[in-house]
Amino acid sequence: MMDWPFYLDSVFPALNRGLGVSLQLIVPSALLGLAGGVLLGSLRVFGSPRLRRAGDMYTAVLRGVPLVIQLFILYYVLPKIGLYLDGFSAAVLGFILCSAAYHSEYVRGAFLSIRQGQLKAAQALGFSPLQSIRFILLPQAMRLALPGCGNEIVYLIKYSSLAYMTTCVELTGEAKVLASRHWRYTEIFLAAGLYYLCLTSLASFILHKIEARAHIPGFGRQK
Amino acid sequence: MNEKTGTFPEPALRLEEISKSLGGRLILDAVSLDLRKGERKVLIGPSGAGKSTLLQCVNCLVLPDRGRIFLKGEELDQSDNRALRLFRRRVGMIFQDFNLFDHLTALGNVGIALQKVRGLPKAEAESRAVEELARVGLEGKASMYPAELSGGQKQRVAIARALAMDPEVILLDEPTSALDPELAGEVLTVIRDLADGGMTMLMATHQMDFALALADEILFMEQGRIIEQGVPSLLLAPGSGTRTLDFCSRLALGAEGRI
Ligand SMILES: Nc1ncnc2c1ncn2[C@@H]1O[C@H](COP(=O)(O)OP(=O)(O)O)[C@@H](O)[C@H]1O
Ligand SMILES: [Mg+2]
Repeated sequence: MMDWPFYLDSVFPALNRGLGVSLQLIVPSALLGLAGGVLLGSLRVFGSPRLRRAGDMYTAVLRGVPLVIQLFILYYVLPKIGLYLDGFSAAVLGFILCSAAYHSEYVRGAFLSIRQGQLKAAQALGFSPLQSIRFILLPQAMRLALPGCGNEIVYLIKYSSLAYMTTCVELTGEAKVLASRHWRYTEIFLAAGLYYLCLTSLASFILHKIEARAHIPGFGRQK
Repeated sequence: MNEKTGTFPEPALRLEEISKSLGGRLILDAVSLDLRKGERKVLIGPSGAGKSTLLQCVNCLVLPDRGRIFLKGEELDQSDNRALRLFRRRVGMIFQDFNLFDHLTALGNVGIALQKVRGLPKAEAESRAVEELARVGLEGKASMYPAELSGGQKQRVAIARALAMDPEVILLDEPTSALDPELAGEVLTVIRDLADGGMTMLMATHQMDFALALADEILFMEQGRIIEQGVPSLLLAPGSGTRTLDFCSRLALGAEGRI
């Protein structure tokens, strides 16, 4: 049976505290990661050949190395060259760098799937290259990339639990500490799982709202 | 009816010896042409002749390898990006496949360059866009997105978008060849209205009857060169033995197909 006092007195307060930390990790990582991904994706399409190559390489490395290793590098290796990050900062930085790489894939693909004639039309009207990107291509690319980027944000919510690896005690960390203190793994991890499920469901709901608001009749289905 | 060549004193557009190679092949071979204010010239010729490339060289959407471009007697500095943008504002362009901005309504398509390129305030850009849409008979479609418009309506939006910039010359690249015949008619009507309004035009087309009715001069292109030019009545006189006449009669027989 449910041991309510245990939940109310021990589990929820600890998990809520963890949830607070998780949110502090997730929200800036999601926003800056997306912004970085848009920038990186744009560079990988419109940059000079050298920039494009650098962007592709960055993306290949960040997608090819497990995130845990990246976090370890930020947290344990950077200090060796004099860069000290606390666990929280190392985690946020790692999440931003990594999700930017993934977002950039979606953004890049979206840019490449836009009908090229529109760029010519914009140029023919006197748009500068930067204006064409800003006012014509980017609004379309973002709509096309939105489902992919949305998924990436949902993933981020889940992989934010890796912050635990840099000694940043967030939702998963609190659960682990609590579980080993009380020897009650089942209830505590089930509860933690539910917390994440609520977070990802909420994120999906918000993302769907945004997609619906950004929807344009007939756009994105042709081609 | 429009008087024929020779009665247009003011030079509008002049191309001198435009050459362009693409993929190692010479696509345009020293093409020159003159367009005076109010004059309408029609480019015809087989598919692959270089008509689209020539039109896109005019406003440097395709940068010529060689050759000079003049608008109203002033030479365009093709290496100056700012000058290029200012030049393009003065030269309207209509594409075969419309190239509307897919994320904007008809109104947005017409208004965006007014706002972002010409710097008009939003309200002013919108009221101008409304006017231009009315001019092409689309006052009721302002809030429609490209995917909700028929081909003919899309092309008319594209024309309104070009006209809103008050261009001095309009370039049209087979404006009706992506359209079914019944939709082509509404676009041709708009273009005819433009011509009647005195617009200076350079148009590639396979619509011969239309070209004849409209053109002050026909330019026949083949393999990157203008090989024949002249007033339609002379170039297409029965028995004139011109390449143009030969091409047009084959076109009429459908030998060239839809290109
Ligand atoms: N980007 C390009 N690279 C290589 N060849 C091209 C390119 N664009 C056009 N061409 C070639 O240039 C020739 C002229 O094309 P185009 O100007 O489109 O002719 P038209 O409009 O008269 O049909 C064609 O043979 C075409 O294959
Ligand atoms: Mg063509």
